[in-house]
Amino acid sequence: MTTNAIIQFAAYLIVLILITKPMGVFLANVFRGEWTFLTPIFGWIERLIYRMCGIDPNSEMKWTGYSTAMLIFSAVSGLILYGILRLQQYLPWNPQGFGAVAPDLSFGTAMSFTTNTNWQAYSGETTMSYFTQMAGLAFHNFASAAVGIAIAVAVVRGLIRSSVQTIGNFWVDLVRCTLYVLLPISVIATIVFVAAGMIQNLSPYVTLTTLEGAKQTIAMGPVASQEAIKILGTNGGGFFNANSAHPFENPTALTNFIQVVLIFSIGSGLTYMLGRMAKDQKQGWAIWGAMTFLFLAGLVTCYVAEQSGNPILSKLGIERTATDTQPGGNMEGKEVRYGITQSTLFATVTTDASCGAVNSMHESFTPIGGMVPLFNILLGEVIFGGVGAGLYGIIIFVILSVFIAGLMVGRTPEYLGKKIEYREVKLSMIALLSMAFCILGFTAWAVVYPTALKSLANQGPHGLSEILYAFASATGNNGSAFAGLNANTQFYNVTQGLAELVGRFFVIVPMLAVAGSMAKKNVVPASTGTFLTNTPLFSALLVMVILIVAGLTFFPALSLGPILEHLLMGAGKLF
Amino acid sequence: MAKHEIHQQKKLFDPKIVKRASIDALKKLDPRVLYKNPVMFVVEIGAVLTTYYWFRDLGGSEQGAALFSGLISAWLWFTVLFATFAEAMAEGRGKAQADALRKTKTETTAKQIGKDGKTTMVNATLLRKGDIVLVEAGDVIPGDGDAIEGIASVDESAITGESAPVIRESGGDRCAVTGGTRVISDWLKVKITSNPGETFIDRMISLVEGAARQKTPNEIALTILLSGMTIIFLIAVVALFFFGQYLSTTISVVVMVSLLVCLIPTTIGGLLSAIGIAGIDRVLQRNVLAMSGRAVEAAGDVNTLLLDKTGTITIGNRMATEFIAAPGVTLEYLSQTIHLSSLADETPEGRSIVALAQQTVKELPAELRNAEKTFIPFSAHTRMSGVDIGGRAIRKGAVDAIARLAGPTGMPDGLTQSVNAIATSGGTPLAVAEDGRVLGVIHLKDIVKQGMRERFDQLRAMGIKTVMITGDNPLTAKAIAAEAGVDDFLAEATPETKMALIRKEQASGKLVAMTGDGTNDAPALAQADVGVAMNTGTMAAKEAANMVDLDSNPTKLIEVVEIGKQLLMTRGALTTFSIANDVAKYFAIIPAMFMGAFPVLGALNIMGLHTPQSAILSAVIFNALIIIALVPLALKGIKYRPLGAAAVLRRNILIYGVGGVIIPFIGIKAIDLVVAAFGI
Repeated sequence: MTTNAIIQFAAYLIVLILITKPMGVFLANVFRGEWTFLTPIFGWIERLIYRMCGIDPNSEMKWTGYSTAMLIFSAVSGLILYGILRLQQYLPWNPQGFGAVAPDLSFGTAMSFTTNTNWQAYSGETTMSYFTQMAGLAFHNFASAAVGIAIAVAVVRGLIRSSVQTIGNFWVDLVRCTLYVLLPISVIATIVFVAAGMIQNLSPYVTLTTLEGAKQTIAMGPVASQEAIKILGTNGGGFFNANSAHPFENPTALTNFIQVVLIFSIGSGLTYMLGRMAKDQKQGWAIWGAMTFLFLAGLVTCYVAEQSGNPILSKLGIERTATDTQPGGNMEGKEVRYGITQSTLFATVTTDASCGAVNSMHESFTPIGGMVPLFNILLGEVIFGGVGAGLYGIIIFVILSVFIAGLMVGRTPEYLGKKIEYREVKLSMIALLSMAFCILGFTAWAVVYPTALKSLANQGPHGLSEILYAFASATGNNGSAFAGLNANTQFYNVTQGLAELVGRFFVIVPMLAVAGSMAKKNVVPASTGTFLTNTPLFSALLVMVILIVAGLTFFPALSLGPILEHLLMGAGKLF
Repeated sequence: MAKHEIHQQKKLFDPKIVKRASIDALKKLDPRVLYKNPVMFVVEIGAVLTTYYWFRDLGGSEQGAALFSGLISAWLWFTVLFATFAEAMAEGRGKAQADALRKTKTETTAKQIGKDGKTTMVNATLLRKGDIVLVEAGDVIPGDGDAIEGIASVDESAITGESAPVIRESGGDRCAVTGGTRVISDWLKVKITSNPGETFIDRMISLVEGAARQKTPNEIALTILLSGMTIIFLIAVVALFFFGQYLSTTISVVVMVSLLVCLIPTTIGGLLSAIGIAGIDRVLQRNVLAMSGRAVEAAGDVNTLLLDKTGTITIGNRMATEFIAAPGVTLEYLSQTIHLSSLADETPEGRSIVALAQQTVKELPAELRNAEKTFIPFSAHTRMSGVDIGGRAIRKGAVDAIARLAGPTGMPDGLTQSVNAIATSGGTPLAVAEDGRVLGVIHLKDIVKQGMRERFDQLRAMGIKTVMITGDNPLTAKAIAAEAGVDDFLAEATPETKMALIRKEQASGKLVAMTGDGTNDAPALAQADVGVAMNTGTMAAKEAANMVDLDSNPTKLIEVVEIGKQLLMTRGALTTFSIANDVAKYFAIIPAMFMGAFPVLGALNIMGLHTPQSAILSAVIFNALIIIALVPLALKGIKYRPLGAAAVLRRNILIYGVGGVIIPFIGIKAIDLVVAAFGI
């Protein structure tokens, strides 16, 4: 690794550690309904919303009620987005006069944004009006993020409460999250982004004559405001097709750095919130530690693979080592503004966190470098993960780890003092199975379905990676694309939409059920015979379980995709 | 100690059991039985499939195809068989014991006493609850019941394996009699308390045989986990077939089945039920009858152990350790007087007093020995006993009672201090007086059993709190608790306070285990998560408990806890081992599948296996052999050490996790060398 890379990665890690506690404390206060410094500003709006909507903020829900409210909210908001997409030609703020979005693309997009996936099978600047972007898509950027965080909070409540039926009020969590967390940070981030050179307007597109005399249309729009929540809410749906590689969406190395920090900020803070609510801060750090280890392992692998570049190029006499004037390595598909360091950092972070924004084309990475983002997603989006989703997702693995560890120490397993019994194991397995089934099932179908294969730009193992990545991204609610696959077809719009639904709700509902059943349980006091879940040993075990589950499930697929491609590259064959 | 045939420690692979298990293993292949074990059921389907392809290949022309599919299908059948054999082995030991028990259930006739008081001979199977029978010396007791009249010595070796007879008498806590046991002397009138087919022996037979066996909650959870993993691997293997198609490689069904069987957790899936049965069996080896597997599992989770002081922590009886003479009284005179006072005291305490007295003055003088004596027996009312001899009225008893006898003179000054010192140290002081003058004090002491402190230290290391239950006053209780090293004590215990303690512990989420024998223990036994009744105890206690200790040794509760933990650990260890094994299997089979189409994938063949066929076959063979190799571990349980959770986990991860990754690499490579030597 170059010194430059080490300094940049270290700086990132330090900033991440520094923001974790303040974010976690703030989140805990918000969701416990305690006073925060924003209460004087937003408190009256919060109460007004409750009064207008007829919500009693003091009445709590059982897990079934919480799930129902969440499902209704998601269904209705998803339908509204579908409506906006289909009717955008009649709606305001459409200076380019874009027509209705096709039904299958509308379905795919509606599912994608409702589930916090934000996979985009379209180019924003040639498909979506400003109204659609702001009222349709940006709304979901807030709403789907708030839903994810609300679920995580509800799951944490279930884990820490004892002998009660309820896990909170969905509407209250949703409102508080939006009002106190997502809106204020987005507003500040928008201002910073605008100051750093991002555009924010409702102007028609600008047509220019370039130096060569050619006509060029420059797309405009309210980019900065969209960008803030796209990153903060780990949405990742770019305003422009090029996403965070576009100079208006990510103008400088500084905005790039702020973006990668914001992507992890809430996910990291939520682990701290868990520890704070559980009144044992080490519990939070244990999970944070496991996540950070997996993040760094992926980051280093990806960086080393990219910095080593393609051996075939060396044979052609191209220098691969970094010098003061040359980045070396593999620069294909990367912005020169960010180089290999910021590109691999962004790629790792965005796939760890189920964000899906990209500032480089993952398909152009070396086989191993490209396998890292893919593997990150296949791990189940639990390395900080999508806002909220990462925390409730890693609880699945926590349950499995605790179950196996508990057996090995000769006790019925416990987490935070609650016994893990067959109900929790069953629900966790349902979540895990749903994800594996969607990713592998749809990929297996696509690779033998001629219509689906027409979308491929590349053949052989690289093509397999493209399809596997697409369904992993959809199921993991990531939304980033490997690129190289034309996903705007009926087949992909529909299958991905379904994968997104399963990947979101077949995880959320079982985890809420876990929360409900854990909340009912009594707390067993810890003793020396209890396997502690707040130690580095537990972090290590959690890492192993995550790697083993994903590794065993996806090793065959990976070995025929990136690994085979890597070996073939060694043999001089490229795709 | 002579043990009855039933309870003989059988060798792990007793030839008789192995023979029977081999036959049972075949019977268990029936899919209607096997489907309850989802992992092995999948293997069986795989075996059927590959057998079909073997028959097909036999007719085909391809060189060696039939040999390959034939060998694979044979080894898949072995895989299932090894698993069913493991289960049959675990059951076999219980079945052998059940057979021995059944022999005791010979046809008996009973002497039924009718309402009119007349005795009629009836067949024992006709007796119903509430009937009254007479059992005399030489008779076999026809059914479970309570003695309502008489006293008799009973040979209970049929169920306990203990040849020394026990006393059964009406009233009190020794009234319960068990059907199938034999009265050796005297007679009893017994009121039958259970209908035929529901007796203790019947229940015991069905328990040891495993007929009443239900999956425990933890077993269900683990089965769900294993089934889930099986489905995930099924998806992965089927998907792999399509990925192969995409890369223009067709994978044969035989190879797909092989990969699937190697990946799904067959090791733990095949041994899971054997581990559970063996756990109950291990409890039984210690002569404890667990009413369900659930109880054994719960024992492993126990947080709080309630132990009766008497008999568990201390040896049953207190012993005299010291005589303290009042000022002006010689120790010789005191010893002699005490000796006299206890001549008629046949209680263990009384005998220990005589023994101590003899240490000072070996023999009583002849004139005292031959003198006319009138013994005054102990009564709860006077709380003293004694002897009138040659005009001397010697009395021995509770300190306050004797002090009252002494009247205004009361206790001499020096003695009061000694009495207090004895009480504070956890002992019981007894005073001795002659003609109203207090001569001295006897120090009776509870003797803590050897090794108890170490036992409690181990339990503490395991995270289990021990509470001593005693009827003593708090002062005495505290001293004994400190001496024995228990964490807490409950003094002046009554059934109510005992029950309240259990409830309090349970309310704070703890699991409580206790032992008991009397009828008044029954509610607490039922309330406790693990209740162990002594076999000498009442039927009510035995009914309420979820374990019965046939040796009536309360200390055994500690062993049961260890077995419960060992049971869970064995499951955890083998699950980890099973999953860790998959790494090597992937490296054996994936390159074998695709090396034909993509020779570069040979880089993944890090074991350097000879041919794709030998690689796949070796993985399948290893997968089958590891089951049979681990049967002894499953039956004996993994080595148990009383260590803290973190230490145990680190150790087990190292052995079964890391070991589980490495061993198959070596095993598969070794098998491949053999397979290649045969030229397959």
